[in-house]
Amino acid sequence: MQSLRWRIIVSLLVLMLGLAYMLPSLPGIKGTSLGQTLPGSGINLGLDLKGGIHLTLGVDMNTAFKNAMARTGDDIKELAREDEVYVLKPVAMPGDRIEMTLLKKEQRDQFEKLLEDFQSVTIESTTSAEDGKVKYELGMNPKYRKELARMTLDQAVKTIRNRIDQFGVTEPDIRKQQASNRIQVQLPGLSDPERAIRIIGKTAHLEFKIVDQSIDPTKGILPPGRELSTRVGRDGKEVPVVLKSDAPLTGEYVTDARVSYGRMNEPYVSLSFDSKGARLFERITGENTGKLMAIVLDKKVYSAPVINEKISGGQASITGSFTTEEARDLAIVLRAGSLPAPISILEQRTVGPSLGQESIDNGINSALIGMALVLIFMVVYYGFAGVVADTVLVLNILLIMGGLAAFGATLTLPGIAGIILTIGMAVDANVIIFERIREELRKGLTARAAIEEGYSRATLTILDANVTTVIAAIILYQFGTGPIRGFAVTLTLGIITSMFTAIFVSRILFDMYAKNRAEGAKMSI
Amino acid sequence: MGLQIIKPDTKIDFIGFRKIAFLISALVILMGLGSLVMQGGPKYGIDFAGGMIVQIKTEKQVDVETVKESLADVELPGLVVQRLGLEDDSEFLIRTSSSEVSSGEVRDMLSTALDSGLGKGGFEVQRLEMVGPKVGKDLRTKALEAMFFAVLLIAIYISGRFEQRWTAAAVMATGLFAGQYALALTGMDMAWLIVGMLAITLGLCWYLKLNYALGAVVALVHDVTITVGIFSILGKEFDLTIIAALLTIIGYSLNDTIIVFDRIRENLIGSKGKGEFKSIINTSVNQTLSRTLLTSGTTLLVVLCLYVLGGGVIHDFALALLIGIFVGTYSSIFVASPVLLGFGPTPPEVDEEPEAA
Repeated sequence: MQSLRWRIIVSLLVLMLGLAYMLPSLPGIKGTSLGQTLPGSGINLGLDLKGGIHLTLGVDMNTAFKNAMARTGDDIKELAREDEVYVLKPVAMPGDRIEMTLLKKEQRDQFEKLLEDFQSVTIESTTSAEDGKVKYELGMNPKYRKELARMTLDQAVKTIRNRIDQFGVTEPDIRKQQASNRIQVQLPGLSDPERAIRIIGKTAHLEFKIVDQSIDPTKGILPPGRELSTRVGRDGKEVPVVLKSDAPLTGEYVTDARVSYGRMNEPYVSLSFDSKGARLFERITGENTGKLMAIVLDKKVYSAPVINEKISGGQASITGSFTTEEARDLAIVLRAGSLPAPISILEQRTVGPSLGQESIDNGINSALIGMALVLIFMVVYYGFAGVVADTVLVLNILLIMGGLAAFGATLTLPGIAGIILTIGMAVDANVIIFERIREELRKGLTARAAIEEGYSRATLTILDANVTTVIAAIILYQFGTGPIRGFAVTLTLGIITSMFTAIFVSRILFDMYAKNRAEGAKMSI
Repeated sequence: MGLQIIKPDTKIDFIGFRKIAFLISALVILMGLGSLVMQGGPKYGIDFAGGMIVQIKTEKQVDVETVKESLADVELPGLVVQRLGLEDDSEFLIRTSSSEVSSGEVRDMLSTALDSGLGKGGFEVQRLEMVGPKVGKDLRTKALEAMFFAVLLIAIYISGRFEQRWTAAAVMATGLFAGQYALALTGMDMAWLIVGMLAITLGLCWYLKLNYALGAVVALVHDVTITVGIFSILGKEFDLTIIAALLTIIGYSLNDTIIVFDRIRENLIGSKGKGEFKSIINTSVNQTLSRTLLTSGTTLLVVLCLYVLGGGVIHDFALALLIGIFVGTYSSIFVASPVLLGFGPTPPEVDEEPEAA
C-alpha cells in the first residue's frame, strides 16, 4: 500500500505524456497556442485515409546494363583509335555482352593491354578468324555490375525526387528497395494521379539528331548509321523520319527548361544548355545549316525545325502541339534530368480523398459504437469492477493514440481495425483478472486478499497470452507493406498499453477501493 | 457480485464431447478443402494474382446489373463487377486481370462506358489499384513465409515457456530451419513448402514430446484451415488484408489456447501429478470458460461493429476476423485440450510456480 502513491504518480505521468502527444491530433487543437507548445504534430494518416498514390516502380536494370556496355564499347573503340588500333563498332550480344572485332591480329597485345584499363569489362572469349580478324566477347565485371545497379537505383530515386519536388507534392515519401531494384513512392493527397504517373514514369532521354532527308523512310533497308523514327505532326498523325543514329547532343547538358509562349500564344519549351552544351550546339548547327534537326525525347521526334544558321548562346526550343499542361510537365522532366534506365509501374494504389474521409468516418464511428457497447456491457456485468475496466479502457485508447503520434507511426485503415481489435483484447486482460478475483472470493478470501491473489495469478497468464500476439504482430511488421505494417504497429502498441493499463493502472484503482472499505464488506465485481 | 453467465460450479464434460467435436471439425475442414480443390486453389485478389481494381461510388442507388450492362462493351480481360459493402453504399468494385493496360487507359475506358450507362458524372472513382504479376507473386511468397514464421516462433515460445524445455525448443528450431533449407533446395512451390514445414513442426513436437506446443499448433492450423475454407466456400478473395486477419486469428486463437493451457498446467502442479489428467483438463476448461466466453463475446461485438459499420474496404477483413474468432474460441475448448489429452501431460521438470510474479 505504501507504494500506492508512487504508482499513482507514475500513472499520471504516463497519462500526461500520452495526452501531450495525442491532443495535437484532435482537429480543434492543432492550430491553437496549446497545440504549438505540445510536442509532435499529431498522428500521421496513411494514404488510405487521406487519399493519395502509392507506387512501386521497377527499374529496368537490364536496359541499364546493356546501355552501359554499349557506351563502354564505344569508349574502347574511341580510345583504341587514338592508339591506331582499329576495331569494328561493338555489337550487342545477349546477356549484356558486346562483341568487338579487332581487324589485325598483330595488335592483339596492344588491344588487350588497352582493355585492362577498363575495369568494368572482362574478356569472356576470343576467337581468331582466318582473315586475321580477332573477335572479342566482353562481359561485365560482376562487382561493377553490382555497383552500377546501386548507382542506377540511386540516380533514379534522385531524378524522381527532383521531378516530384517540382511537381509540388507535400511530404512525398520515396524509398528504394535495393534488393529487388524497386522504388517505392508515396504521394499523399494528390488529386490527379495519372498526371503524376506520367511525370514520374517518363525516361526523358533527350537527344538532338540530324534528319537524313536523302533517304525515303517508306522503302528499303536503312544504311548503317541511320535509324527510323516517328514524328507526330500537328494533326496528330505519325510520320516516319530517318535520323542519323549519332546523337551529338543529349539532355545531360540541359541546365534549365521552361514554358514559353509563341506568337500565336502556343506553348513551347525553351531549353538552356551549359557552356559545353552551348559549344556543342553551336558546332552542330554550324555544320548542319540547311538541314533539319530532330529533337528526340524517349525515341520520339517532337519537332524537327530547319537549321537556318549557326546558333550560339546555348538556347534551343521544343515546339509541338502541346497543351500548356503538357508543356509544363515536359519542362519538369527535362529540368529534373533523365532517368538512368526505363522504369515500369509494378504496383499502383490510388485512393481518392473522398473515400479517405469516408473511411475515417466509418472506421471511427464503428470504433466508437463498438467501444460504447463494450463499456456498457462491462459495467452491467461487473459493477464497480466494470467501471474500473472502462476507465482503463479509455486510458488505453488515449495511450495508443499518443503512442502512435510519439513514434511517428502512420495510422491506416487496418490500423483503426487494429485499435478496435485491441479494445476487444484489452477487455480480455480485465476479464482474466476479474474472473480470478471472483474465484478467490468464492474460496472465501477477503476483498483485499482476493485482489492480491487475483492479480498475481492473472499477470503471468496475461503475459503469456500477449507475447504470442506480439510475436504475430512483429512478423506482420517484418513482411508487411504500408497498411499491414500499420495494423502491426497499432496491435503491438495496443498490447503494450493494454497490459500497462489493465495490470498496473487498474490495480491502483482496486487498491484505492479496497483501502477505503471495511474489512468484511462485499465487493462489487 | 455482478452477473454471471457461467455458474461457478459448472462441470461440463468437454473432453467427453471430443469425438463429436472432431467429427464436426473434420467435416468443416473437408468442406473447405473440397471447395478449394474444386476452385483449383484459393481465389487470389489482385494483391496476389496481379491485375487492377477500380472502386467507384455511384451518385444514385443502382444495382450491379446496371453497372454490368454499361460495362458490357468494355474489352478488358477478366472484367468482373461486384457490389462492395452493403446494399445502400452504392459502391462497386470493377476488376480486371490485366495489368498491362495503363491505369490511365482503363480509367478512360471505364469513364466512357459508365458515362453512357449511368449518365454523365453519375459516378466517382474512389480507388484504383494495380498490381503487376511479379509483385503479386512476391507478395504471395512473403505472406506465406510470414504465416509460417509466426507458427514457428510461437511453437518455440510455447515449448520453452510451458514446459521449461528451452533446449528441446532450440532443437526444434534448428530442426525446422534445417528442414526448411532442405525443402527449399528441392525447389518446390512455397505453398507445399509450408505444408511440409508444418508436418515437420508437428512431427518434431510429437517426437520431442512438446505436447502443449503440439496442441496449440494443431488448434492453430485447424482455425486457419477452417477460416480459409469458409472464405473459399463464400467465394471471397484472398488479399493482403485477409492475410493480416489470418495472422490476427493465429494470435487470438493462441491467446485463447494458452489461457486454458496455463490453467491446466497450474492445476497439474497443484495436484502434484496425481488425479486423472482428463478431469484436470475438464476442470481447467470449465474454470476458464466464463473468461473465454466473455472475451470472445466482447471481441466479437467489436468486430461485428466493424463488419456492419466499417465500410466496404474492411468488410472482408472483419468477416475473416468474425469467423476466426468464433472458430478460435471453439478450438481452444474442443480441439487444443483433447489433443493435449491424447498425447498425455508432460511432467513439469522444474517446479517453477506461476505465482512468482
